[in-house]
Amino acid sequence: MISPAHYIALAVILFVIGGVGVLIRRNALVVFMCVELMLNAVNLSFIAFARMHGTLDGQVIAFFVMVVAAAEVVVGLAILTSIFRARKSVSVDDANLLKN
Amino acid sequence: MSHALILASPGSNSAELAAWWLLAILAVGAAFGLIFTRRAVHCAVMLAIVMLILAAMYAMQGAPFLAFVQVIVYTGAVLMLFLFVMMIVGISAADSIIETIRGQRLWAGLAGIALFVLLALVVGHAAIGAAAPSGPRNSSANVGDLARLIFTTYVFPFEVTSALLITAAVGAMVLAHRERTGPKPTQRLLSRRRVATGHPAPLPGPGTYAQHNAVDMPALLPDGSPSRLSVSGVLANRAIEAERSGGRAAITAQVLEPSEPVDANGRPDDKVEER
Repeated sequence: MISPAHYIALAVILFVIGGVGVLIRRNALVVFMCVELMLNAVNLSFIAFARMHGTLDGQVIAFFVMVVAAAEVVVGLAILTSIFRARKSVSVDDANLLKN
Repeated sequence: MSHALILASPGSNSAELAAWWLLAILAVGAAFGLIFTRRAVHCAVMLAIVMLILAAMYAMQGAPFLAFVQVIVYTGAVLMLFLFVMMIVGISAADSIIETIRGQRLWAGLAGIALFVLLALVVGHAAIGAAAPSGPRNSSANVGDLARLIFTTYVFPFEVTSALLITAAVGAMVLAHRERTGPKPTQRLLSRRRVATGHPAPLPGPGTYAQHNAVDMPALLPDGSPSRLSVSGVLANRAIEAERSGGRAAITAQVLEPSEPVDANGRPDDKVEER
């Protein structure tokens, strides 16, 4: 018997994996991908809860999350290319101008 | 056909459970692949797998519209954007495995486990009920209802997202735009610069006067010595790598071993075009 809890459990696992990825990866592109994974996990839980309640509001919110994620990726990748142009690297270790 | 699949799936429960197990194991495996694969391209492939699986799960949960949006927006647009940026920053960009902060991985893993325990406790204590019976609002015919909801209750957030998207597009253009700081190089300047590099002629093609004409085969100069300029830096690096692991391409590697600096796009440094 499947219940929304199954999907919530999967969402939790994917969210944690994405979070660990953000912490351990140093290529900024991969860090972005891990953030996307976390957003996707949250979307999955939104849809599972929407199904549990039998309403569509969760699906609408997941839709908005997708829109915001797309905008975030566009701006983030533009920042990434400009950083790469200036520093010839996409490693998050090299972007330390604000450190001192 | 796919419509029939979507229509059928929210009903039959044991089939959905089996599909859940299959897809969940695949998704978790791909997610682990995403964080442990070193090459960025492979990470993108893993992410694509996860996103497609999530699209299938949305369809299984009676959200066909979001399933298609997931495929179109995430797998289609966002991942393509990632791949384009990967082409700009160099496809061979692999993560270094040296830790800059000591014990970072260990602590990150511990933090991940702690977060997992925390979330698992929260989810375990929450009363997650069974799925609501699929009525007219929560069925596969919900696209119309979804549209009604977006354009009535959520119409203001919807309008705001359009402003957000326009802002993001303009912001990306501004950030990616390169202002010309110096005067535009004239043809005379370019030709002078070209002569000054010492290679006024085009680079020699690979394989000229050599035994084979493969792209990784360096051309031979008139005195019989191989020309390092005739092979792309990317191929040279690959050949050196292959030779280290005992493969073919030893000729290329031993010719090209005295490594000259190669920029991220794999061109030798003296051919980096001025910006």
